[in-house]
Amino acid sequence: MPKRSDIKKILVIGSGPIVIGQACEFDYSGTQACKVLKAEGYQVVLVNSNPATIMTDPELADRTYIEPLTPEFVEAIILEERPDALLPTVGGQTALNLAVALSERGVLDRQGVELIGAQIKSIKVGEDRLLFKEAMKEIGLETPRSGVAYDFKESGQIVREVGYPAIIRPSFTLGGTGGGIAYNAEEFEHLAKRGLDLSPAHEILIEESVIGWKEFELEVMRDLKDNVVVICSIENFDPMGVHTGDSITVAPVQTLTDKEFQHMRNAAVRIIRKVGVETGGSNIQFAVNPRDGRLVVIEMNPRVSRSSALASKATGFPIAKIAAKLAVGLTLDEIPNDITLKTPACFEPTIDYVVTKIPKWAFEKFPEAEPLLGTQMKSVGEVMAIGRTFKESLLKALRSLETGRKVGSQKLDPDQIKEKLILPNPDRLLYLRFAFERGLSVEEAYQHTRIDPWFLRQVREVSQLSAGLRGADLDEIPPLQLRQAKRMGFSDQYLAWLTGSTAAEVLQRRQDLKLRPVYKRVDTCAAEFESFTPYLYSTYEQQCEAEPSQRRKIVILGSGPNRIGQGIEFDYCCCHASFALKEDGFETIMVNCNPETVSTDYDTSDRLYFEPLTFEDVMHVVEREQPEGVIVQFGGQTPLTLALPLQRAGVPIIGTSPESIDLAEDRKRFGRLLSGMGIPQPPSGTATSFGEAAAIAERIGYPVLVRPSYVLGGRAMVIVHDDHSLERYITEAVDVSQNRPILIDKFLEDAFEVDVDAVADGRRVVIGGIMEHIEEAGIHSGDSSCVLPTYMVKPEHLETMRDYTRRLALELKVVGLMNVQYAIKEDVVYVLEVNPRASRTVPFVSKATGVPLAKLAVRLMTGRKLEEFGLGDELPVDDFFVKSPVFPFLKFPGVDTILGPEMKSTGEVMGVSDNFGQAYAKAQLSAGSVLPRSGTAFISVNDQDKLNVLPIARRLHDLGFRLIATAGTREILAGQGVPVEAVYKVNEGRPHIVDLIKSGQVDLILNTPLGKDSFFDERAIRRAAVQHNVPCITTLSGGAAVASGISALQQNRRDVRALQEYHRNEE
Amino acid sequence: MEAVLALEDGLIFEGTSIGARGETSGEIVFNTSLTGYQEILTDPSYAGQIVVLTYPLIGNYGVNAEDEESSRPFAEGLVVREATDSADHWRLDGSLPDYLETHGIVAIAEIDTRALVRHIRQQGAMRAVIASGEVDRDLLVEKARQAPEMVGRDLASRVSCREAYRWEKPSVAIFPEDSSGSRSRSDAGEPPMKVVALDFGIKHNILRLMVDSGLEVTVVPAMSSAAQILAMNPDGIFLSNGPGDPEPVAYAIRTARELIGKKPMLGICLGHQILGLAVGGSTYKLRFGHHGGNHPVMRMQTGQVEITAQNHGFAVDIASLPESIEVTHVNLNDQTLEGFRHRSAPLFCVQYHPESSPGPHDSRYLFEEFKRVIRQHRRESGTSFTWQD
Repeated sequence: MPKRSDIKKILVIGSGPIVIGQACEFDYSGTQACKVLKAEGYQVVLVNSNPATIMTDPELADRTYIEPLTPEFVEAIILEERPDALLPTVGGQTALNLAVALSERGVLDRQGVELIGAQIKSIKVGEDRLLFKEAMKEIGLETPRSGVAYDFKESGQIVREVGYPAIIRPSFTLGGTGGGIAYNAEEFEHLAKRGLDLSPAHEILIEESVIGWKEFELEVMRDLKDNVVVICSIENFDPMGVHTGDSITVAPVQTLTDKEFQHMRNAAVRIIRKVGVETGGSNIQFAVNPRDGRLVVIEMNPRVSRSSALASKATGFPIAKIAAKLAVGLTLDEIPNDITLKTPACFEPTIDYVVTKIPKWAFEKFPEAEPLLGTQMKSVGEVMAIGRTFKESLLKALRSLETGRKVGSQKLDPDQIKEKLILPNPDRLLYLRFAFERGLSVEEAYQHTRIDPWFLRQVREVSQLSAGLRGADLDEIPPLQLRQAKRMGFSDQYLAWLTGSTAAEVLQRRQDLKLRPVYKRVDTCAAEFESFTPYLYSTYEQQCEAEPSQRRKIVILGSGPNRIGQGIEFDYCCCHASFALKEDGFETIMVNCNPETVSTDYDTSDRLYFEPLTFEDVMHVVEREQPEGVIVQFGGQTPLTLALPLQRAGVPIIGTSPESIDLAEDRKRFGRLLSGMGIPQPPSGTATSFGEAAAIAERIGYPVLVRPSYVLGGRAMVIVHDDHSLERYITEAVDVSQNRPILIDKFLEDAFEVDVDAVADGRRVVIGGIMEHIEEAGIHSGDSSCVLPTYMVKPEHLETMRDYTRRLALELKVVGLMNVQYAIKEDVVYVLEVNPRASRTVPFVSKATGVPLAKLAVRLMTGRKLEEFGLGDELPVDDFFVKSPVFPFLKFPGVDTILGPEMKSTGEVMGVSDNFGQAYAKAQLSAGSVLPRSGTAFISVNDQDKLNVLPIARRLHDLGFRLIATAGTREILAGQGVPVEAVYKVNEGRPHIVDLIKSGQVDLILNTPLGKDSFFDERAIRRAAVQHNVPCITTLSGGAAVASGISALQQNRRDVRALQEYHRNEE
Repeated sequence: MEAVLALEDGLIFEGTSIGARGETSGEIVFNTSLTGYQEILTDPSYAGQIVVLTYPLIGNYGVNAEDEESSRPFAEGLVVREATDSADHWRLDGSLPDYLETHGIVAIAEIDTRALVRHIRQQGAMRAVIASGEVDRDLLVEKARQAPEMVGRDLASRVSCREAYRWEKPSVAIFPEDSSGSRSRSDAGEPPMKVVALDFGIKHNILRLMVDSGLEVTVVPAMSSAAQILAMNPDGIFLSNGPGDPEPVAYAIRTARELIGKKPMLGICLGHQILGLAVGGSTYKLRFGHHGGNHPVMRMQTGQVEITAQNHGFAVDIASLPESIEVTHVNLNDQTLEGFRHRSAPLFCVQYHPESSPGPHDSRYLFEEFKRVIRQHRRESGTSFTWQD
C-alpha cells in the first residue's frame, strides 16, 4: 500500500528526561522516526522536554517544541500546530500515557488528530494487566495466575489465591517502578500499599511467581496488511525474577528447540494481532518452565522499547525506522532492507554471531540502597557486545562495562559465594566465575541461580581456561591455547593479570604469533546476501570484512555505557561530530558499545565499529582503519582515559592535545598554571594519606571538598566539615595510595556557581554560554538547575569570567570545546575546574543559542578557524533557558536524597520562555516537580540572605501564600510588615517544621544553608521534602525563580513556541 | 582431533573433528536457520549435501526423538563454528556430537563458517570433502573434484521408501494449543479422504500434519506408476520434497503428467519441481540455493507475505510456465517462483516447506487447502475444476 497522502503533519512525542527504565534508547527511536517521516515528505512536529537529545535538534523536525510533556502543554502545541496525526509509539511509556490522556480529555477528537502506530484500545490492552490477561485467555494463551486489586483489602484476597512468593506490579509505571516480590505477608503489605500509591490508576497486579523460569523476549512487527515478522529473539541469562532491564540478555535465543521456538513465535503473532497493534513494533515477554516447556505470556509493549533498540543493534534491522514507515501506511514488503539493498524489510533477520547485553548499575552512588536485583529496574545503562560465540560476546561485554576496577582487583569472599549466587545482584556473574574456578559444579550452580545449565557451562568453560592460564609464563603458553583464549574473548589486560605480565607484553606475544582480530559485518542475513553497510565487530577468525576505504577519515570514540555523570549529552556530541565531519567530506568512523544510543545507529556514521572502548579494542580499529585523526574529547571520561595511551602508541589525536587535557586534570600542575596567570582558585592540596590531608585542611580551613583524582560526575566527592569526617572518608570511602591521591579543595560556602562553555581554535575563543546555577554551591553542576543567560550575576563578574575563559583556552591551547566552572564569593571570581573537552551542558547551550557547538568544535579540530563561521565573541541568548535535573530516588527507597558534590541525577529537562519565571516553572514541571499555586510557604534563611529575602517573601505573600518561618527569619520579615507565623526548628519543640512537612501542611520550602551548625536540621527538612514531594529551594536566586514561576502558573499561561521560532531572528 | 574441509576450488579450512571420524563428500550448502539442526540433518532433501550452519553455536539443546524428520540423518556431513557437547533440555535424549557419531556423520567445527558461507555465496554451491585426522590436503581437493555432481543425478530414488506403508502418527502433542489434530478432523459422517504420498524423501512433519488434518495417508515409493497409484483409488495425491535435481527423476515427471486432472494434487519442494516439469515448464540450478527459515514469500491472491522455510538448490523457471498455469507464490528476495496452480485442474504446489520443521508455521493453511480441494473435487467429480477463492 502506498504511504498515506491524507495526512500531512505528524506530531511525534518524545520520552522526556533520561530516567531509570526510559533512557536514550528513545532518543534513538525518536530520531529515527523523525528522520524517516521527514524523508517521506511529512511535516514533523516534535515535542520533548529533554534538550540533551539528538531528536530535539532543530534540523530533525520541522517544528521542535522543548516543552513539558503534560496533557495541557501538548494540547497547546496541538492547538498551535494543528497536526493531522499523532505518533505515540516511539517515545516510551511517557508518550503512550500522554496519548491516552489526550484522548480521554477529548483533545484528539476535538482537534481531529488521528493516532497512528497504535490505537487507544491496543495501548490499554497492552498496559492494563487485567484486559491483557483476558485477551490472552481468548486466544488460548496462558498467563501466570493473578488478580488485580484497587485497594489493599482486595489485594489480600488475591494473594491468598495466588500464594507466596507473589509478584506485585503497579499498572502504568515505567520500568516496573514500585514493583517487587513478596515472600511473606509483611513484605506483601508494604509492596501492595506502595504499588497502589505509585500507580496512576491505583491499580496493582498480584501474580503467581514464575521466578526461576526461563525468560524470553520477541520483537515483533506488524503492518496494515497484517504481515507479521519476528525481528529478534532474546533470551535472558538471568531467569525470571530479575527485571529484563537488569538482566544479562542474549540474542538470539540459545536453549529452545525449533518446536518450542515456533510455539513461542506463533504465540507472539497471535498476541500482536489480538492486541491489535496495527502498525509498528511490539515487544513480547514470555516465561518458559524449564521442566516441561510450559509457556506463559508475561507482558507486551505495544510500542518500541529498550529491547527493540537492542534488537535493532543486534540484528541491523532498524525497528523504529521501519515502525514509522508502517505507521504512515507503507507495508513491510514495500520497504527495502537498508543493509542488503536488494531484499525487502519483510523478512526475519538471521544472525551468525551472538549478542550479549549487560546492564550497568550505579549502586555506588546510593550506598544506602541494597545492591539486589528484582522486578524493579535499577540499572542506569547497558553495554552490548558482539562475538562469534557466547563466551566471546560475554567477555567483550564485560570489558565494555568500564567498572573502573582493575582486572582482578575485586576481592571475592569464598564464604559469600552461595549468597551471591542465590540472591540476584550486580556481582553474580563475577561470583559465578569465581565459584567455577574453585570447582563448583554446574548442578550446584543451577540449584543456586536457576540460570540455564547451558549458560552455566559456557561460563564454566571461561573459568576453566582462566584457571588453566593462571600463573602460567606468558611466553610458555602454547600458541593454540593463546588463540583459544583470544577466541573466547580474553582481553590482553586479563591475560596479563593471569600470567603476571603486562598488556603490552601480551600484545607483543600476539604480534609475534600474528594473532589479531578480524572484523565481521552485521548484515541481517548471515552473509546470504551482500552487505552494503559497514557495521562491524571484531572477532578472532580467518577472514576480515572491514574493507577500509582510502578516503580521508576520522575515528570518533563514543562514551560507552550510560551512567550517572556520563550519558546522552556525550552521545549527542559524538553524533554531532560525525554529522559535521560527514558534511565536510570526511569518512566518519564511530566506535562505541552502547546499544541505546544514536551513535550506534549504523546510519549515523559512515562506518560503525560496535566494540568495547578499551585501549586494546580501539588500537585494533585504528590499525585497521589508519585514520588521519581520532577524536577523544566528545565522549566524556571514557575516551579521555585512553587519550594518552593512544597518543603514546602513535595514534593521531586531533583537537586539544592529550597533554593539555591531562594538565587540566592534574591539580598540582594546573594550580601552578592558574597562579601564574593570576587567576584565583580555592586553596587546595593533594594528599596520599590522612596525615597529609589533615594538614592541608588545617591550612586551608574547613569545610573542604574532597575527592579522588580523575573522576567524572563527582564520584565519591564529599564536603567535609571536620577532621573526624575527613578520616572516616579516607579510611572508608576511597582507596587512597601513592598512585591514587585525593584532592582537597577549600569549599566556598554560599558562593554563586557558574558554568561556562566555550569553543576555541587555538587563536580565538567564542563563549557559547554562561550559565548560572540556581541551587546552592556544593551541589554537583549536573544536579543543579541552571539558567542561561545568567540571572543575578553582576556584569563585572561576567566580564571577569569571559576574560578568564579566553585566557585559559589560549593558555591550554584548546582546539575544540572547553568548560569552566566558576564560583563567585564576596566579589571574587574563583576557577573551580577547567575541562578542555565536551561538557554535559553542550547540547543545552546549543539548543539555547541555536549554534551547534559540538559541530563547530569538531570543524576547528580538523583545522578550520572560527573566523569562517561569522560568530561574535559570545553567542547571544534572547530568551530564558532553564535546565533542571531529574533524580532516581524513587527507585532506591531509603537512600539519602540530599544533594551534594556527587552527581545523582540521571537526566535533565529544559524550560524555555521569554521570562525567567515561566521558563523555570516549565523546567520544574518537566522534571516532575510541581510548583504549588497556593498554600503555605516555609522560609528559613541565613544571615547574609535575611535582607534580600524580603522581596521574595513579599511576593509570595502577594501571590496568596501563607508564610511560616523560624524565629530569626520571622523577626526580619515581621519587622518589615510581612505577615508571617512562627514555626519551631527541629530541636526547639513540637510540632516542628519537619512534623508539618510530614503532615502535608507545607507546600513550599525556601531554606538557604546556615552552615555547619544547622546542617543536620537542613538534612531532615530536605529529606522530608523529597519524601513528601514538596519543592525545596536552597538559594535566593532559586527562591526568586520559584516566585516568578508560581506567578506564571497562576496566570495559567501555557505559551508554547518552537525552537525554530526562537532562533529565527538570529539567522 | 583435527579435521579438514576441502573445496573443489582448492580452498581449505582447518578445524576440529566432531561426530564420526573418517571422510565424507558432497555438495556444500549453507542453511541460515537459527534453530532446528536436528530436523535439518534428518531431512532427506539433504542427501548428497554437506550442510554448513550459519548460526555459530550448534547442539545447545541436544537431540531428541520427536525432532527427527526421517529415520536417520541424511546430510553427508556437517560444518559448524562451535558445537556444544553436553546439553540440557527437558526433551533431551543425547548430545549432538554423540548423535553424529552414532549415525556415522563426519563433521567439522571451529572453522570460520562465515568466511565459508561468503565464499559459497560468491562462487556458488560446490563439492567438498570433510576428513578427520592426518590428511593429504591436495588429495582431498582432488577427491572433492571427483565427488558426483548434483546436476543430472537422481537422488530421490536413493532415499525413497522401498514399499508402500500407512502413516498414522499425528504431531507430537507437546504444546497442547498447537496440535491441530482434534481441530480439523474430517467432519463427522464425511467419508475419509485418502491420500497417496509419493515419497521422494518425505519429511515426517508433512505426514504428521496431513494426519492432523484428518487425511488418511499411504506413502508409496518414488517409482510408483500412475496406474499403480490410481489403482489405490486415492482422493488426493501428494508429491513430496526430496533431494537434488528434478530433471533426472523422469519416471516421476511422467507419472505426474499422467495424473494431472485425474485427482487433486499437491506438491512440495521437489514435488513442486516435478509438477513444474510435468506441466511443461523447465527447471534450473540456483547459484547457492535457498536454505533457511526466513524467506519472505508473497501469496499472490492476498498480497500477504509468509515467512517460509526453504531448502532447495533447483527452481522452476517462472518464465517457462505455460498459459494453463497460474503463479500463486513468489519469493520477495529474488523474485523466483515459489508456488503455482493449474488453472483448470485441482493441482497446486509450493517450492517452500509449509510443514517447516524447522521454521515458521505461517503456511500451514496449505494442508487445509489440500483438504478443501479434495472435498470440492469429490463433490464436483467429472466437471472441470474451478478454483474458489
